[in-house]
Amino acid sequence: MNRLSTYFYKRPALVTLLLLSIPMLYMLVVYLGSLFALLLNSFYYLEEFTGLVVKEFTLSTYAQLFKPTNLGIFGRTAGMAMAVTIMDALIAFPLAYYIAKFASPRLRTYLYIAVTLPLWSSYLVRVYAWKLILSKEGILSWFVHLFHLDSALDILLALPGVGGSSLSLSPIGMFIAFCYIWLPYMIVPIQTALERVPKSLLEASSDLGAKPSQTFRNVILPLAFPGVIAGSIFTFSLTLGDFIVPQSLGNSRFFIGQAVYSHQGTSGNIPLAAAFTMGPVVIMVVYLLIARKLGAFDAL
Amino acid sequence: MRSKSYGDKASLGLKLGAIGTLLFLHVPLWVIFLYSFTTDESTYSFPLPGLTTKWFGVALQRTDLWDALKLSLQVASLATVAALILGTLAAAAVYRSNFFGRDAVSFLLVLPIALPGIVTGIALRSAIGSLEIPFSFWTIIIGHATFCVVVVYNNVLARFRRMQSSQIEASMDLGANSFQTFRYIVLPNIATALLAGGMLAFALSFDEVIVTTFTAGQQSTLPIWIFSQLVRPRDRPVTNVVATIVILITFLPIFFAQKISAESSDTEGETK
Repeated sequence: MNRLSTYFYKRPALVTLLLLSIPMLYMLVVYLGSLFALLLNSFYYLEEFTGLVVKEFTLSTYAQLFKPTNLGIFGRTAGMAMAVTIMDALIAFPLAYYIAKFASPRLRTYLYIAVTLPLWSSYLVRVYAWKLILSKEGILSWFVHLFHLDSALDILLALPGVGGSSLSLSPIGMFIAFCYIWLPYMIVPIQTALERVPKSLLEASSDLGAKPSQTFRNVILPLAFPGVIAGSIFTFSLTLGDFIVPQSLGNSRFFIGQAVYSHQGTSGNIPLAAAFTMGPVVIMVVYLLIARKLGAFDAL
Repeated sequence: MRSKSYGDKASLGLKLGAIGTLLFLHVPLWVIFLYSFTTDESTYSFPLPGLTTKWFGVALQRTDLWDALKLSLQVASLATVAALILGTLAAAAVYRSNFFGRDAVSFLLVLPIALPGIVTGIALRSAIGSLEIPFSFWTIIIGHATFCVVVVYNNVLARFRRMQSSQIEASMDLGANSFQTFRYIVLPNIATALLAGGMLAFALSFDEVIVTTFTAGQQSTLPIWIFSQLVRPRDRPVTNVVATIVILITFLPIFFAQKISAESSDTEGETK
């Protein structure tokens, strides 16, 4: 035992290599290997008559992505992701700002837990909560009725593109659920960014005669921006890849996640499903590059 | 004289906004609790027509639920064990030495969580499918382990970085070999980090649905059962009860993990 110990002690590089080999082997083979298989699959195609995947290199599967229906799916999903991101930034800011600048250290700890706790409670259950709340006979309708806003809700639901038969079966309902589910991911980075703004900077601003509103606009907002971008990475990426919310609360118009799910499932068209996932991957890579330029990674 | 100093007190508007956001985050969870006591069987009507506790009893009788729960617990346990081993090994290697490609290791471990779940899911499905491995209990675990490793890794690495390396040197100086040093010095030092990371990994796996839908065969984990009810509600009152129970089950490990992390002032592992 001692000799073995000494043997290893004299060879630290060997020990590091041994320690690293098992986790890296797992991640490289299982995870990167799978990603590579996915990429490879996207260059194959499905023979329409036999329903079998033909393993020959082709770009025809990618060409299918440019059909109007598929472009519509990409546009719809990206539009939703953008709307959710903007809305979440707006809702997250007051709370993040309050936690970072006004809460006492004790209250800050409690608020931090209050923000992150929903993140850890079941994601599906949180989607389910909105199914209860948004349904035709549910709580929200009851409140709408209480305040005599029924006709306003009817007008909202009649809007082409975003409306539907009820809130729980419409893009508006999905939008609300998405905003809810990803909100903590936006609050935390904004809070972190704001906490890093030194108090002396704010004092300097007011010493130089800026009104609180001017300090807010010219000092705080620009410094909080990297936090907003960092949060948007999560809200944007998670919305792009999700198929639970559209499947549960949406109508029959597909989102990227559902398209991937149904192509690989019923029709066994794994090449097309694979090509579809390259959409969010490319969008996210571009997004991350822009985010890095805007300094978002310093705020993570 | 300077103008009114900035931000001594929060304005009323800001306070209301902050409270509004907090309510938005938490009220939906209360709604689920409320609905698990409804007497309404076929709709989600509000106000509740009456209150009852009978659905808890009905849910307990359902064997399909028990099977799903059992499967979820088994998967989460094994995925956690795998994550603990792989994550700790990787953290130890990265902590020990400054080798080339250290950042690449961190990047590779974070990737399964950074990319949308659907990418991980379809990638594993196409790989497992083309190797003609049947989808089973084990393929679910393989999938879950990929994204659970990173939470253990983050927690343990953070702990290693705060550990006094003089303790290890002292142990060696006093004649302990590497294995004894690991057993009596390193392991007690990282024990709570392992516990916290393990609990987070467990919660992550217990709740996962997107990757699972791609890597499971006919098996139904609890999240898959709930998802099927979301798309086609058949047992509404039972689902309400299950949702309530799931909230309670996932809160407990998180609560303890937070407590442990807070006590040892380690917050690195909490980014999902």
